[in-house]
This record gives sequence, C-alpha cells and structure tokens, in this order.
Amino acid sequence: MAWTRSHLKLVAGVLSGVFVVCALTGLVLTYRPEIREIERPQPSSFASDVVARGEMLVGIGDCIVCHTSHGGAPYAGGKALATPFGVLFSTNITPDEKTGIGRWSLDAFRRAMRDGVARDGSFLYPAFPYEHYTHLTDPDIEAIYAFLMTRRAVDSPAQTNRLIPPLGFRPLLAGWNLLFLHKGVWQPDPKLANDLNRGSYLVEALAHCGACHTPRNIAGGEERGRAFAGGVAEGWNAPALDRSNPAARPWTADEIFTYLRTGIDMNHSVAAGPMGPVTTNLANAPADDVRAIAAYVASLMTRPAPDKTAPIDRPEQAAQAHPEGAVLFAGACAGCHGPGAPMMGQGRPPLSLASPVREADPRNAIQIILQGVRPDQGVAGPVMPSLGSTFTDAQVAELVAYVRARYSDLPAWPKLEAAVAKARKEGAIP
Amino acid sequence: MTLTINVNGRDHQVEADPSTSLLYVLRNDLELNGAKYGCGLGQCGACTVQVDGRAVFSCLLPLAAVAGRKVRTVEGLGTVEQMSPLQKAFEIEQAAQCGYCIAGMIMRAQALLDTNPHPGEDEIRSHMDVNLCRCGTHMRILRAIRRVARLAPGETI
Repeated sequence: MAWTRSHLKLVAGVLSGVFVVCALTGLVLTYRPEIREIERPQPSSFASDVVARGEMLVGIGDCIVCHTSHGGAPYAGGKALATPFGVLFSTNITPDEKTGIGRWSLDAFRRAMRDGVARDGSFLYPAFPYEHYTHLTDPDIEAIYAFLMTRRAVDSPAQTNRLIPPLGFRPLLAGWNLLFLHKGVWQPDPKLANDLNRGSYLVEALAHCGACHTPRNIAGGEERGRAFAGGVAEGWNAPALDRSNPAARPWTADEIFTYLRTGIDMNHSVAAGPMGPVTTNLANAPADDVRAIAAYVASLMTRPAPDKTAPIDRPEQAAQAHPEGAVLFAGACAGCHGPGAPMMGQGRPPLSLASPVREADPRNAIQIILQGVRPDQGVAGPVMPSLGSTFTDAQVAELVAYVRARYSDLPAWPKLEAAVAKARKEGAIP
Repeated sequence: MTLTINVNGRDHQVEADPSTSLLYVLRNDLELNGAKYGCGLGQCGACTVQVDGRAVFSCLLPLAAVAGRKVRTVEGLGTVEQMSPLQKAFEIEQAAQCGYCIAGMIMRAQALLDTNPHPGEDEIRSHMDVNLCRCGTHMRILRAIRRVARLAPGETI
C-alpha cells in the first residue's frame, strides 16, 4: 500500500494528539501550585511548649547537620552535599523573609515535609529526606515549624547546585516521587509494645535512619525490599542494621543506647564520619526517645544470643602475611590500639570488636585511617588523628590488610590500594 | 637496619628500627630539634613536619613509611639570619610564648601557604584546627599567618 497524503495527515494528526496528551499529562503530573506568601509570623505567636517540643524533634531529626555550613550560622544552609548525582547545597531554613522560610505558611512547610515541594511550587531534591518526613504526624510538623520560625533570621541565599545534566530540571523529580515517595502518616503497629512503636516512628520518620542505612538503587531511591541492609553516605559505609550487621558481638538495646548517647560503646566502636554528629545530637535528646530508637533498632537486628568469645588477636600470623603493615602499625597505631596502650586502659574497644574491621568491604576501615575521628567543635569525645597525609595509598592498604588479618578471622579484602584511592575521592569535601 | 631518608633536601643514612617514629630520628639521630615531642599520639601537633609538602605528625610516622618521600622541617625553612617570610611574620607578631608548639604551627601553616598562597580566614582556621597551643597564642599565630597570606606578589614582609 502506498502512503497517500491523507495517510500522512492521519499519522501526523495522531502523533500531535499523542504529543498534546503527553504534554498535558506531564504538566498535570509536574505542576504544583505556589502557596501564597504570608507575613512573617511573630515569634511570640508560637506557644513556648510547642517550640520546646520542636527543638527536641529537630535534634532527633538532625536538621542542623545538613542545614549548617562549616562554621556557618545554624540552620542557614550552604553545606555542600556530595551525591552520586552531583553536589547539592542545603538551603536556609531560618525565618529570613528573602532567603529563608520566613514567609512560608504552616501549609507550605507541611507540603515541603510531606511532598518535597517548596512554597513556590518547585520540587525539592530528595537529599532532603522527605520520603521519611512524609510519615511525620501533623502536631510534630507543626512543632518543628514553630521551632524553626522562632530562630534568628539569617540572610543566606541559596547556592547554585552542581548536578549532572539534566537533573537540574526539577520537574523530573515528579517521576522520582511517583516511584519512591510512599506517602502516609506513620501508624502504630498494635502488635508492638509502646516503646517499639515509638522507636519505629522515630527511626522510620523523624530520624530517617534508612536514608543512609538502607541501600539505594541506581536512581537514588531506597530499596524498600532491603530496608536497613546497609548503605553508603559521604564515602562511609552506613552498616547494616538488620540481621546482616557485621558486629563481632551482637548489639544489645542497651549498647545501642550507649552508642547513640555517647558516640562509643565498649563492645563495638566509635561513631565516625557522618554518624558522629548524629550521636552529638542524640546526646541531648530525651533519654526515653533514644531508648526507644535503640530498642527498635535492636529488634531489627535480631541476632542470635550474644556471643562473648574472646577478642581475636593474631599478631604473628598477620605480621607474616603483611610484614610492612606490621611495621606501620607498630609505629603509627600501637601507641593507642596496641595491647597495654594507655587508651586501652580507658575501656576503649579492641580493634577485633570494631565493626569496620569486620565489614564485607574495607571502606570504613580505610576512611577512619584517612580522616580519623574528630568530635564536633566544643564536644568531648574520642579523637583519632587523620593519617591521610601521613601515608600513601599503598601504605594505607598495607595497614588495613594487616589489621584485618590480625584482628579478624575473615577473608582478606581484595584490591585494597584501588579501594584507598577511591575512598580518598569519595571522602573529599565537595 | 640502615635506612635512607631525605630531609631538607639531603639524604641521610639512619640506623634504626623501621617502626621508629620519624620524630625520634629527626631529634636524636639528625639533631634537628625544631619538631617537638608533645603527646606522641597525634593529638597536639607539636611534632608537625612536612612530607611531600603535606603537614603530618612526625610522632606517628614510622621511618619505614618515609623512604622515597621528601621530609621538610622548620630548619629547612630559614635560618636566624635569613628567616622565611612566615618565620619573620611569627617574630613580628610575637606569636611564640613558650614556643613549644611553634615549629609545628609554622610547618603546618607553610604547607597551606605553599598550595594556596592567599587562603581565606575559614581556610586558615580549618587547616590549623588540629595544632594546639597551651599558652593560648592562637590569635597571634593566626595574625602571623594572615600577614603572609595577604602579601602581594613580589612584596616582602
């Protein structure tokens, strides 16, 4: 059959029809109305008990960590966040009228928390964990709003993100939301005890633990089928919080509580990397809430009865396999981590109990040598010097191989030198 | 065991156990006493020297890890007669009180200035963050570093 003019017209008509339908659907899917600006509410218009509750919630939600730049004003944004999709800058959530959320109504704030949409109708990037905050209750969102709106307003304009094209085009996020945003206020499970329900709410919604501890798929969505199976954040492993947790001695709820409160537990390790600030904030959170979080996380791990076998330490065997690593360890590490070192007398965990030594990949063992452990300014806590400039990639690799062989009975990590080079890149401040 | 290390541009043969810290070798074997022993745990910075241009704690650097790398100590920076600009700035600002931390402070600051001749205030502060001064002369130390950071090209101190 030959193509006639009328055939072509028909095809063109159908195609343009399809195009119009697609465009309209796209518009409907991606259009979000602006929510009218309001006069900035007077701080005195918020009840002080609501503000105080908001402060407590904001602490557990860790807002200050992402929304404050290094040395910058609290909540004024500007912190660079390295993601697999480029660098994002957090925004100003102080009540500044021009550059912050001063003219956002509670409705606009609630929509941002629940739907990931800014007051002006533009989509927010899911580095802001609205896929967790969407589960918050109304009174909690209201209290968080009250706390933020009573902070000091800081003039701090948003910085330009550096994302891989075309991700700067925000309407694309409508598609992401369709796939990965599962809305609905968190509901208690009648089968669970009260504290577990409280813990579940805090872990799943406010504290957004899964944002780091759940693996993400190629599009950056959390893999729901593998909740808490462990993820990666800022170049560090966020260890699994389910049965596959690598701890030598299974965590108890009490130990998780101690760790979250103080940043260290005798039978495990120190909170390092992005987990450090989390424990700084939880040190000031209500103890009952931190206990609830600990109880819930312990219930996710459900490991067999605690095994208090003696810590592994095989110096001769390890030195034979990695003689260079043994020398480096003796010179750089043993002063604190070796048997009889002063630090070991203070109840610090031996390396054989430290999770980074036991994980399936060496990322954290490498990162902790490269970056060390440094508590937030003004906060007391364990310190380990950063040795990133002290050692070459090959030397770090030797050291890590030696530590794995000496303090665990697990198989050697492969291709360590390449892993060190990669860890340096991933851990660099963007 | 005999090891060769390069310090301030010169090769030295050193007879020591390969796990000996560079700090001990500098002070005891090479008699370069600028770098100081403070804590021995990498927490104070008094022992800071440069290795391949980066500031490191020499108390935590085993000799075995120095082979093939270039060490620079405060003695390699300038002399009493011919001070480096940064040393001169420390003198002008009277940045030393007891002086114990100063060699480390200078070597850490110099590592920053070598890669970034005009660092901003935030860069200076976060770079110097790990070195401690128990006398509390940090403000003078910062002033001395700023003095060099603000030098125009060709300008002397």
